[in-house]
Amino acid sequence: MSEPSSRAEFLSGVRAELPLLLGVVPFGLIFGVLGLAVGMPGWAVVLSSSLVFAGSSQVVFAQLWGGATPPPVMVATVGVVNLRHLLYSAAVADYLRALPWRWKLLLAYLLTDEAFAAAIGRLRDGPATANRHFFLLGTGFTLWAGWQLSTLGGVLLGAAIPESWSLDFSIALTFIALLVLSVQRRSDAWAAIAAAAVVLPALVLPHKLGLLVAAGVGIGFGLFMRRFDREAP
Amino acid sequence: MSTTVLLLTMAACGLVTFLIRLSFIAFGHHLPDDPRITAVLRYVPPAILGALIAPEIFVAGGSLNAAPDNPRLWAALVALIVARLTRSVLATIAAGMAALWVMQGWLA
Repeated sequence: MSEPSSRAEFLSGVRAELPLLLGVVPFGLIFGVLGLAVGMPGWAVVLSSSLVFAGSSQVVFAQLWGGATPPPVMVATVGVVNLRHLLYSAAVADYLRALPWRWKLLLAYLLTDEAFAAAIGRLRDGPATANRHFFLLGTGFTLWAGWQLSTLGGVLLGAAIPESWSLDFSIALTFIALLVLSVQRRSDAWAAIAAAAVVLPALVLPHKLGLLVAAGVGIGFGLFMRRFDREAP
Repeated sequence: MSTTVLLLTMAACGLVTFLIRLSFIAFGHHLPDDPRITAVLRYVPPAILGALIAPEIFVAGGSLNAAPDNPRLWAALVALIVARLTRSVLATIAAGMAALWVMQGWLA
């Protein structure tokens, strides 16, 4: 049996990613609208999608920027929001070990929640061929293109959407869906509940440090509650 | 905030995010393989999401509103139930927005 060509791997990755765009495109549109609503210039909203390229942290960036947060706190908060990508990086590292540097840099840039989710099955369970990284390139590139276009669409639409539609709430709804998907054990839910309870009083903290403090408390409480999980830790 | 500060802050956020993603891909053999780190990382997504969601629901126009006349509270509850039942991001957004519009009309 001959190995699939690089092109075939790439296209399989594109196909695997397309269904995920159903959730990503509305999110990008909403982010574009929201960015304008907090007073970011349109070009900066679009630029953040290629420069940062991490949806939920871009929303947080826009919210913090709208609240005149000191830049070091913004960078730290974005870093914590994106810390979970360490897990993805560790999970794909084995499959990319033999690649040259330029490939590692490119695929690291494209490593998002959705690109990882669509590609890890192929990398882990598929045949260990020399060009399987083209599959990850396919999922990553598809998500990248969908994200750039939907952000741009949101910025262009932004002015046309009336505020009474409360479209900003769809960001919270996206986070609720992602939270439910990320909760697999009781202690995961406790981490979220503790962080949610702490963040409201913590909003009075100076320099918008509340989010970081609440996340820290949530992580700590999750670790503490881990001993009560039914499953093995 | 000036344009320069905005650009620099954004670039720094991009660099931090990129380095997190590059970490194990590029330097995996130098990084510690400690189960305690994995345990901490496990709770990062739920903790961050919990901290992001609560203000979106309870804070409107700079003031706290946890009373039953807050339409976002009910819409979030509907979204939570739909998310648990369907595990679909799109269905959650659709149900939550529909619930918000209904409740806004009803509570207005």
